[in-house]
This record gives sequence, C-alpha cells and structure tokens, in this order.
Amino acid sequence: MDLILEGIQKAFYLIFTLDREVLGITLLSLQISGTATLISLLIGISVGTAVALARFPGRQFVVSLINTGMGLPPVVVGLFVTIFLWRNGPLGFLEILYTPTAIILAQAVIATPIVTGITLAAIQHLPANLRLQILALGATRVQMVWLLVKEARLPLLAAVMAGFGGIISEVGASIMVGGNIKGYSRVLTTATVMETGRGNFDVAIALSIILMLLAFAVNAILTQIQQRERPR
Amino acid sequence: MKCFSKSCCMAVLAALVSIIGMALPASAAGPAQKNLILATTTSTQDSGLLDVLIPMFEKKTGYFVKTIAVGSGQAMAMGQKGEADVMLVHSPDAEKKFMAERHGVNRLIVMHNDFIVVGPAADPSAIKGANSTPDAFKKIAAANALFLSRGDNSGTYAKEKGIWRAAGINPDGQKWYQQTGLGMGQTLNVAAEKKGYTLADRGTWLSLQKNLGLPILKEGDPILLNVYHVIQVNPANWPKMNADGAKAFSGFIVSAETQGIIKTFGVAKYGGPLFFPDAGKKEDDLGK
Repeated sequence: MDLILEGIQKAFYLIFTLDREVLGITLLSLQISGTATLISLLIGISVGTAVALARFPGRQFVVSLINTGMGLPPVVVGLFVTIFLWRNGPLGFLEILYTPTAIILAQAVIATPIVTGITLAAIQHLPANLRLQILALGATRVQMVWLLVKEARLPLLAAVMAGFGGIISEVGASIMVGGNIKGYSRVLTTATVMETGRGNFDVAIALSIILMLLAFAVNAILTQIQQRERPR
Repeated sequence: MKCFSKSCCMAVLAALVSIIGMALPASAAGPAQKNLILATTTSTQDSGLLDVLIPMFEKKTGYFVKTIAVGSGQAMAMGQKGEADVMLVHSPDAEKKFMAERHGVNRLIVMHNDFIVVGPAADPSAIKGANSTPDAFKKIAAANALFLSRGDNSGTYAKEKGIWRAAGINPDGQKWYQQTGLGMGQTLNVAAEKKGYTLADRGTWLSLQKNLGLPILKEGDPILLNVYHVIQVNPANWPKMNADGAKAFSGFIVSAETQGIIKTFGVAKYGGPLFFPDAGKKEDDLGK
C-alpha cells in the first residue's frame, strides 16, 4: 500500500517538476503512437472503405483476414518487423532497427487492421440506399465515397481511439524493434518494464499513471469531437 | 460542418508534419556508421553503470550507441548474426566457444563482481552452513526447496547450470525447480514472493534488496566469480558492421579513466562498489 502511495506521489512530483527525462519519454510516446495512428488511418480508412463498397470473389476471406488482424499479437508483429529490419535482413538497407521509426512502423502494422476493421463495419452499416441516392443526385464516385466517409465519421473516430489506445499501451513490439534506448527510443511502456526490473517500483507506478493520463487525455479530446455533433 | 472538417484536416496535417519532423531527427543526422550496436546483459543496464559510461563514450567519440540489454546468450547470438558490433557479456564458457568459432575478435577482460545465493531469511534448507556453493545446491535439492531459475540463456543461468553440474544434480523437470524466463530483477521479485532460493549477480541484488527480504545465504566461493568481457564482432564476417566503432568502444571500456569510474560506481549509493575493474588482468588470477 505504501508503495502505491509513494508511486502516486512520485508521479505528481515527476509531472509537476517537469522531469526532463520523463517529459522526453512522454512526448516521444505521443509522437510515435500519434504518427503510427495517422499512418494506420490513411491506410485503414482507404482499405476499409474500398472493401466495404467493393464486391469481388474472395471478399469474405479478405474480411475474415482483416477481422483476425484486429487481434494481431504485438509480440508477433515485433518479431517479424525485427527479422525484416535486421542489418542482414530483407529491409536491412533501411538501417532503421532500434530507432523510433522502427517503433512507428511496428505500431502502424498493429493499428492498421484495427482501423480497417472498424471502418469496414462503419461503412457497411450505412443504409445501402444512401449510395444510390448520392449517385442519383449527380455526385461523382470520389464525391460519393467522401460523403460516405463523412457520414460514418462517428464510428471512424472510434477507430482512431481504438487504434491509438491499442498502440500507446503496447510494449512487446516497442521493446523488440526500438531496443528501449535511453533518450532515443525509450517510451512509457518500455521504461515501465525496465524500471520494474530495476526494482524502482515508485518510478514504474509513476510512468504508468502518466501513461493512463495521456491515454485519457487523448481519448477525452477525441470523444469531445465525436460527441459535439449528435447523429441526426 | 464544412468548417469543422476543414479545421480538422488542417490540425491533422500540422500534427503529421510536426510529429514526423520531431520523431526522426537521429536517423537523418550523420553517417550510417555513426550508429554502434552494443549487445549486453541486463545487469549492466539495470545496475545503471551504462547510463554513466555510454554518454561519456558518445561525447568523446561522436558515435551513437544503441544499447540492447538482453541476456549474454542472446547478445552473443546477435553478434554471431552480425546484428551487433560489440558485446559486453559475462558467460565465459559460451564466450570461449564464440571466440573459437571466429565470431568475435579481441576478447578483453573488463571487470568482475560475484554471484550470490539468496533465499528466504528462515533458510529452510540450512544452506548457510554449507561448505561450498555446489554443496548448498545439493541441500536445496535434498530438501525439495523451491529454487527459481532464470532459464533464459543469460550468463547467470549459465553459471547456475555449471553449479548444478558441479553438484551432480540435474534439476530439470523437478517440481521444486521453476524457470521464470525473466530478467534478474524480475526473477528476484518472483523468488521473494514465492519465498524461494535463487542465484543472482550482486549488483542487481544490491539495487533491489530494500524491497526484497531475500538475504545472502552463500557468497565468497571462487565458483561464484562473475567476470565481464568485451568482445568485438569479427569484422571479417560482416562487412556492414561498424568495426571502427566496436574497436573504439572496446578501447574505451578498458581505458584507465573508465576503469577508474567503474571502481567507484555505486559506492555512494550502496556503500560499496558494484563492479571491480580488471582490465589487463588474467581471468585465472581473479578471486585469489
């Protein structure tokens, strides 16, 4: 019990004194997971919308694949990204293993199926007649897709939250591809694991609290945007 | 509505630009060979020693060191595959094999400390009175007392297996013998929770002891010596590796200045040194 109280005290101390290292780690976590989420949105919304609207043989299989991908284990992603990025691996020439870029890549791989899956469900859930109606009003195909995505913006914001929430809290892949290098690729989750191993439980608890506050703040903002307009 | 989506787009774009700009500075700066990958054991990182030494080395030489803290076994596996440039490890038998197979060059002694056997204060197997460490292990086995093993290819695990061999016991598969597969710090925590015995390096134990309640029950035996060596990965095998950086790091860590820092590291915090510098000595002369 003392340990938890000490941890909470330490967390506030680290936050209010703007501890440089903790601040750096927090900002890096936000940058890495934010970038990865944006990448996953670009790919996920495009692919999700395309699969939702298209009819092609093997579509069921693709949808199952996407839905399975929503539960992709981060350590598996971490392992494969590591193997590909090794100096002597197929993508070794990029020289990005043990960098923040590698973490962004791994996290984007984890978040993309989540965003794709939710987008797919959201677009499919729109009334089928809506498409016909939009096209009948003289919209081009591009305009039609844009209108549909706009119409599904509430569940799409949920996709952003699910994707971001999934990767900001992820540790397995980040430690494997990032290496937990001090002041460079150390993020909140990997720092928590390390501080626990070092027996600095107060710092570990403090980092966890900061991580939860960060996740809460981001989701609160997104929820604010999502709930600003009630669905008609 | 239109205004909302427009401002939203702008915000996303601005965020994208700033985030990418800020997240990737190091990969853009300097030549590729500035990066040096140091594969090492968790004990050197968890003790905080590398947090002191690495910034010094970087400042002096301009290299950027990527410290990957894993077990000694995994560190050497990385070296063997050319995924690391230099290694700081403590698993002498595996190191000798590594050198014999020409995976590494220039293996130099850096420092030592020692392993200790820790366990519950009540010491149910009465190992405190054992004559030697293998003898203590025999007593643990005879009493079927819980023993927590790393089981992870680390230097500590290699040492532990060596002691079991010396004791003539094969603990694998025994009910009282559990493998955590975790790092030293976490394994000590498991041992504390389950009131079991374990083998630990003194440095990690010292940094954790205040929360553990696992006293030292056996120490000071020559078999418990824990020696760290620096090994450069053989550049003949891996043209892409940073051979110059590896050489520079190796020279740095055995230099008189660095050895002086190792000597005093941890004295203020723990009341005694965590490591004893050994550069230039012979392994066989240690502990005498």
